[in-house]
Amino acid sequence: MSLNALTIAETRDRLRRKEFTARELAEAYIRAMEAARPLNAYLVETPERALAAAAQSDARLQKDEALPLDGVPVAVKDLFCTEGVETTAGSRILGGFVPPYESTVTANLWRNGALMLGKVNLDEFAMGSATITSARGPTENPWRRKGDNRPLVPGGSSGGSASAVAVHAALAATGTDTGGSIRQPASFCGIVGLKPTYGRCSRWGIVAFASSLDQAGPMTRDVRDAAIMLKAMAGHDPKDSTSAPVPVPDFEKAVGQSIKGLRIGIPKEYRLDGMPKEIDALWQRGIDWLTAAGATTVVISLKMTPYALATYYIIAPAEASSNLARYDGVRFGLRVPGETLDEMYENTRGQGFGAEVRRRVLIGTYVLSAGYYDAYYLKAQKVRTLIARDFDEAFKTCDAILTPTAPSAAFAIGDKMDDPIAMYLNDVFTVPVNLAGLPGISVPAGLSADGLPLGLQVIGKAFDEETTLRVAAVLEDAAGFEAVPAFLAGAA
Amino acid sequence: MALDKATVARIAALARIKVPEAELGALAADLSKILTWVEQLNAIDVSGVEPMTAVAHAKPPLREDKVTDGGIRDKILANVPETAGGFFVVPKVVE
Repeated sequence: MSLNALTIAETRDRLRRKEFTARELAEAYIRAMEAARPLNAYLVETPERALAAAAQSDARLQKDEALPLDGVPVAVKDLFCTEGVETTAGSRILGGFVPPYESTVTANLWRNGALMLGKVNLDEFAMGSATITSARGPTENPWRRKGDNRPLVPGGSSGGSASAVAVHAALAATGTDTGGSIRQPASFCGIVGLKPTYGRCSRWGIVAFASSLDQAGPMTRDVRDAAIMLKAMAGHDPKDSTSAPVPVPDFEKAVGQSIKGLRIGIPKEYRLDGMPKEIDALWQRGIDWLTAAGATTVVISLKMTPYALATYYIIAPAEASSNLARYDGVRFGLRVPGETLDEMYENTRGQGFGAEVRRRVLIGTYVLSAGYYDAYYLKAQKVRTLIARDFDEAFKTCDAILTPTAPSAAFAIGDKMDDPIAMYLNDVFTVPVNLAGLPGISVPAGLSADGLPLGLQVIGKAFDEETTLRVAAVLEDAAGFEAVPAFLAGAA
Repeated sequence: MALDKATVARIAALARIKVPEAELGALAADLSKILTWVEQLNAIDVSGVEPMTAVAHAKPPLREDKVTDGGIRDKILANVPETAGGFFVVPKVVE
């Protein structure tokens, strides 16, 4: 078996038994990263840095003083600032930006022994569901439809992360999720993606999109690995006042625990008109698996669900228009000259932002502008209260919620490009979770008729990632998902 | 809400984004479509509902009001497009 096919848990145990070294593992991943270049997942490769960190891991492993993630090669979404390594958020406006500081989440990973392979692609400023809006071009999904070699999107915005993990060019990756950007690409690429509770991970040093929704999380090969990664990434950070001062449990302990007696909520509003039958069938299989494992199911009502996307597409652009005001051509990134200060701003931002980012900044500016603020932004904030209240009510009668992750499997690069709203519908099942600030995980649970991975989503109560992971692990076991993509970079 | 080209130009000026005249029409159509779509929220009665301004599952802790960082001028200036004598350089703003 190739080193690249092992999970974090397996890698950790074998490194400690000295079956191979961190350096050998790093070299195998560096080769896989190079072999995977046609997918355009990595924007920056940092092999020297990976090897230097592997040497330190090996020194600790030799002395039997291994850190929890020693030797684990990680791909970092290019939204996390990494000290001394270019960080662009997939945008032209941040071209050449080399942060003089490290994000808290990545610093936590390195402190736990993980090593960085490189920075991976995303939709520009994490705005998108297909990783096609990056200034550095689209990323491809390593999966293909049966008998059809057209390149497919990996989902987004954390599409580089998902693609790199799925193709075995990274053992794990960091992602961020504002409306589904970890879970939907995980579903499209056949991997696990966990969006923690808002506040579980620090947002410090992550390029901001919508601050009341953004949350970092792990993307991994299995549920146990997601638990291991989350423990290393999470924790209160004095530099982010919204990071929660709550203890970080040993999430891995939840994996493998029985779900006997747990009550699983099935939201009736998630049964959409026109949803593909295979998604509905997969959902039903998930219900059957959990019931067979001893859980009971209860039908719940999340009655504001039909309004979640519209709410999100007011709140997220409003916050984005404010956050992205910092790109002014003065302090970092691109500068396009102008006669006056205002002209310089307008030229820089006009040429620096891509079409989708421009669209969202303009929508955000409009809904926050005098005369429209109450009708759009304030209204959306009130509906958000109702959406969060729905979940509060539902969790009085259930312990976790099961839904599909996305309404479709991966689509071809180029599809849904003409209609922004068709693209936004990808996140119909994931967006409500961000609005309420809850944890959600996507687990690969089956294949579509044309051979593409489909995920199921488990939603938990705030700061109850443990129950979320527990249910996810049962789904994973029952699904026995062992299909592999058409292309595996680490197979040699 | 259908936006006309003049309104889009006004929003773009507020957002300090230069939009070429030739793109205003298509952009107005895109933005109008999105705004019309989000107006489905008009169907919801929110009277008496407080706006949710943040997710607050946990109470943020208080910290001492003291300086914890600073003295890093060179780091701050390391990514500046144009700098001189330790300052940011911008086009002339005072006649």
